[in-house]
Amino acid sequence: MDGNNIILEMKDVCFSYTDRQRKVLDHVSFKLKKGEKTGLIGTNGSGKTTLLHIIMGLVPISSGNMRIFGKPVKSGKDFDAVRQKIGLLFQNADDQLFSPTVLEDVAFGPLNLGKTPRQAREMAEKTLAELNLKGFENRVTHKLSGGEKKLVSLATVLVMSPEVLLLDEPTTGLDESARERIIAVLNKLDISCVIVSHEYDFLARTTRFIYSMKDGRTEYNGDSAALHTHYHSHTAGKLPHVHEMGRLG
Amino acid sequence: MIGEPFSDKKSSAGTSLLHRTDPRIKIIFLTLYSFAVAMLSRFPSLIAALFVSLALIFLARTNLRDLAARLFVVNVPVFFFWLLLPLTFEAEPLFCAGPFTVSGPGIVYAARITLKSNAILLAFIALAATSSVVTLGHAMNRLHVPEKIIHLLLLTYRYVFVIEQEYRKLRIAAKVRCFRPKTDMHTYRTYSYLLGMLFVRAAARAERVHHAMLCRGFKGKFYCLSEFSLTRADITGALLMTGAMIVLEILEWTEIILFWK
Repeated sequence: MDGNNIILEMKDVCFSYTDRQRKVLDHVSFKLKKGEKTGLIGTNGSGKTTLLHIIMGLVPISSGNMRIFGKPVKSGKDFDAVRQKIGLLFQNADDQLFSPTVLEDVAFGPLNLGKTPRQAREMAEKTLAELNLKGFENRVTHKLSGGEKKLVSLATVLVMSPEVLLLDEPTTGLDESARERIIAVLNKLDISCVIVSHEYDFLARTTRFIYSMKDGRTEYNGDSAALHTHYHSHTAGKLPHVHEMGRLG
Repeated sequence: MIGEPFSDKKSSAGTSLLHRTDPRIKIIFLTLYSFAVAMLSRFPSLIAALFVSLALIFLARTNLRDLAARLFVVNVPVFFFWLLLPLTFEAEPLFCAGPFTVSGPGIVYAARITLKSNAILLAFIALAATSSVVTLGHAMNRLHVPEKIIHLLLLTYRYVFVIEQEYRKLRIAAKVRCFRPKTDMHTYRTYSYLLGMLFVRAAARAERVHHAMLCRGFKGKFYCLSEFSLTRADITGALLMTGAMIVLEILEWTEIILFWK
């Protein structure tokens, strides 16, 4: 891929909270190319979520440069354009779903993009149908299960047709079947993704390249296929079963 | 657990006449009716208002058990008015019971408060609680109520459950470490910590929610998806309610029923 395909480029980005001395991000350099699916793994507090928030302009960087879609981004106005093309799935679905009903929450983004209520409603219904959430339109968001909340959160982002998807621990707290649904949805998407997770297994099945974060820095770990040869967790439990890359003895 | 028994499937999704009435009409008449009843002072009009409210309840086909529970909550303070007002109202005594002097105007005041509060509550249950909070919010939007108020209502409705869950988690966290509430400093301190932590968490969540809204292009303006249209039944209902309020005012301002003068 040539340089024109670079969607996101961070160079020597530093970030620290004003009340803390330690740098959360310490001269981080990171690139994301068009169509690339990248995983980000790291311990708690290593700065993974902060990195995603910086990309969305939710927290200002202390120093360094960022270019998104080839343009330098610094001020709030620059990020208005970024937010139309990049979607962020929050770690906690209750933070993402603030409207009383599913339909309203999914239609919130298109309405902000200037769509008419009818268009926004159609877009929301279409996205929900694509995620097999037809019939959820009038469900009350706080009464959804954890997996349903996560899928609806994903719908609220996908309805805006983002070119890049940032996902912050999308499988945290989900059971195996909800996790499998998320994996199936993500593997169907043909857009660039940055997925933050604690689970190598999950990243191995959804991303191509894996980076790790440690002490406020990113480090390229390699191709996910090479890093991982089989899955650790599976729905078969203790029963004899076949691994995708080999047979269990 | 915080519940919403009047506006879940049992109630707001009902099929009664009032469930099908345009929520804008219901909000307008509920507001006008509440003010009208609050300003009534004569018993003929107050009793008539109670009958109008009961008629609305009948039209709403409300679950009577839920209704009784709501009425009980409102009538607890009313009961204290009945205890205090006749004894403390400065007027000529009606009769004496031991050291206590019961005044007639005190009883009249307590009766007025009882009739007014119950009439307004019954109308509220029949008119407002037959729509979901979301529908009411959208109807308020169509009635040009300031957007900030509406979204404050809707966001409160959305997050009151989340905050309640967090409070329950905090209480369980205290309970599993053998916390037993007593009347002592340790209990007061613990509850103040729980409350403080709840505010801290609510503030942190508010910030995260705001971030989530910004990420989806929020620029300070909320939009409404719902569309409402007036039907013939809505117009008939509006005329009936207007008629009922006119009758109440006639009873209040004329001396048709001389007995109550």
